[in-house]
Amino acid sequence: MAKLKKQDILNDPDFLKLSSQKNTISIILTILELVLYFGFIGLIAYNKPFLAQKMSEGGAATIGIPIAVGTILLSWVFTGIYIWWANTKYDELVKKVREKVGG
Amino acid sequence: MHQTIIGQTNPVAIMFFVLFVLTTLGITYWAAKRTRTTKDFYAAGRSITGFQNGLALAGDYMSAASFLGIAGLVSTKGYDGLIYSVGWLVGWPIIMFLISEPLRNLGKYTFADVVAFRLKQRPIRAAAAAGSLVVVLTYLIAQMVGAGTLIKLMFGLPFELAIVVTGALMISYVIFGGMIATTWVQIIKACLLLGGATLLVFLTLSKFGFSYAELFKQAAVATPLGQKFLEPGGLVTSPIDAFSLGLALMFGTAGLPHILMRFYTVPDAKAARKSVFVATGFIGYFYILTVTIGFGAAVLVGQKVIMGIDAGGNMAGPLLAEALGGNIFLGFLSAVAFATILAVVSGLTLAGASALSHDLYVGVIRRGVANEKEEVKVAKIATVVLGGCAILLGILFKGQNVAFLVGLTFAIAASANFPALLMSIMWKKFTTAGAVTSIYTGLAVAVVLLILSPTVWVDIVHKSEKTAVEKSVSTIKAAVTGIDAQIAELQKQVVSADAVATMKKKEKAAAMKKNADLQSSVTAKTAEKDALAVKQKEADAAMPKAIFPLKNPGIYSMAAAFLIGILVSLLTPDKESQEKFADEKVREYIGIGAE
Repeated sequence: MAKLKKQDILNDPDFLKLSSQKNTISIILTILELVLYFGFIGLIAYNKPFLAQKMSEGGAATIGIPIAVGTILLSWVFTGIYIWWANTKYDELVKKVREKVGG
Repeated sequence: MHQTIIGQTNPVAIMFFVLFVLTTLGITYWAAKRTRTTKDFYAAGRSITGFQNGLALAGDYMSAASFLGIAGLVSTKGYDGLIYSVGWLVGWPIIMFLISEPLRNLGKYTFADVVAFRLKQRPIRAAAAAGSLVVVLTYLIAQMVGAGTLIKLMFGLPFELAIVVTGALMISYVIFGGMIATTWVQIIKACLLLGGATLLVFLTLSKFGFSYAELFKQAAVATPLGQKFLEPGGLVTSPIDAFSLGLALMFGTAGLPHILMRFYTVPDAKAARKSVFVATGFIGYFYILTVTIGFGAAVLVGQKVIMGIDAGGNMAGPLLAEALGGNIFLGFLSAVAFATILAVVSGLTLAGASALSHDLYVGVIRRGVANEKEEVKVAKIATVVLGGCAILLGILFKGQNVAFLVGLTFAIAASANFPALLMSIMWKKFTTAGAVTSIYTGLAVAVVLLILSPTVWVDIVHKSEKTAVEKSVSTIKAAVTGIDAQIAELQKQVVSADAVATMKKKEKAAAMKKNADLQSSVTAKTAEKDALAVKQKEADAAMPKAIFPLKNPGIYSMAAAFLIGILVSLLTPDKESQEKFADEKVREYIGIGAE
């Protein structure tokens, strides 16, 4: 198989696919993270009574507590989603392109 | 009354600490034999695995301030402390999605390598080094002053001695063992801190039958705040202030040079990516533990005792450890806190030294030409100089309120470092002039606005005026309360209309006269009160006002850095840099040519 030159890599369909997919995934996850965190801050700034609701009758824990902890956990889950995608899909494409270049 | 030995020399703590120091110095000796080239010194020979680097990143990031400070904040303010802990984590996914892989593929030792990839080396490296050094120095001062204060509280060591010991150890790790020793110090510290915090939470929850519901139930009655302890309170008052701080925390994390530098210690982008996942997991877990410790301390130790030892609540964690595990656990946790400080300041010093040697000396002064031996030597000299500065500044800032420095660090990292780094990775038309102006703009705007903000302008520059106003206002308020009491007293004496109606004529006249006299006294007192209200208004008007209204400048300084970077780049099109973008993209996405 003929080796590709650097300039040709940029126009290689597999390279175009991997770079555009990576950008899309990165941007979507970044936006999700921004919405998650600033949504949380927004609730604190504009709707304190919502967060102050008790979770159960007779208990004391407020809804705000699992929401804060959930923000931390969900942030981690987002990094997990990214790494799952990168390890399965992205690395596959990278391998394919690298084989074409022979590098 | 709760008995505590905090503040006294604690032999158990010193024993654990000596054990930690001996172990880490042993590792440093081992690392020194493996540290010859620049690749060893700056990047541990790129031999660290993704998982190890994840732990080291966590060790690099989780400071004593966040461990003791957030537990303290939660124990004194409740839910508001929890809000803070969330803010410290959310930058990590951003590092993962936007920064870690391109950074690893494009750079060698510092983030300036990436910004300078297709732009002119000297101006970029000078600017990036300035951004890195300011971040490193402000963060180092905050850590050093915190270290001196905490060590004094926990070990009974004098402030200055504590700082000198911290500085001397951090310099030894870095000059002899470089990144290899620093990495292992950070890994050991992360394990100790996570292990210690886990044990503390386990012991805490055992007191509540391992039920969070029970812990919160008791927390809701443990403090004067009552149920409010579990609700968001006064921390976030102005949404735009909260938004600005949030931006700085989020994107500042992705612009911290000592964090970015760690990505060069792993062999490839795949390992870099893995290390962020591991780090985010551990750091998130740690903050959840810290919050539990804070609530646990509020119930089991009590706010009165916590704030009696330290008004900021910093000793909540150690006090809880003492209450649950006695002197031995307290000693262990104090040593862990010291180790925590050491790991963070070592990472900072190494990052500062590489900005001085790799970017400034080799990149700017020697125009990129220097041999390995020379560069390592310069890096070691830079380490000593930087360490010396940190010790001196730490002592100089003794007793000062340095909390604002942490906010400043993140604001600068988010404004000077992050925008230039992101645009150099993502944007084809980014130019040298654009990058340089973006970095200096972000730096200058963040520093100037912070000085003009309430945090510095009111709380530090005009501290005496502020205190004077607060004092006179509280005197006036006390006087008003006094008058209110007098009025109430007078009104009590008023003979009620019902009573007057049943009276005889003569008594009636006397009662009515008495009532009229009382009424006129009340009127006089009310007039006095009104006069005081006017006085209070005048006093309030004398309150020094910040020129810039927000407590954190992040939102404006970041916007300015991006805006200037984009505008200047568009005004100075650079064909060469656009052509080189092809190379950059290939290397960025598939890692061909990566070091």
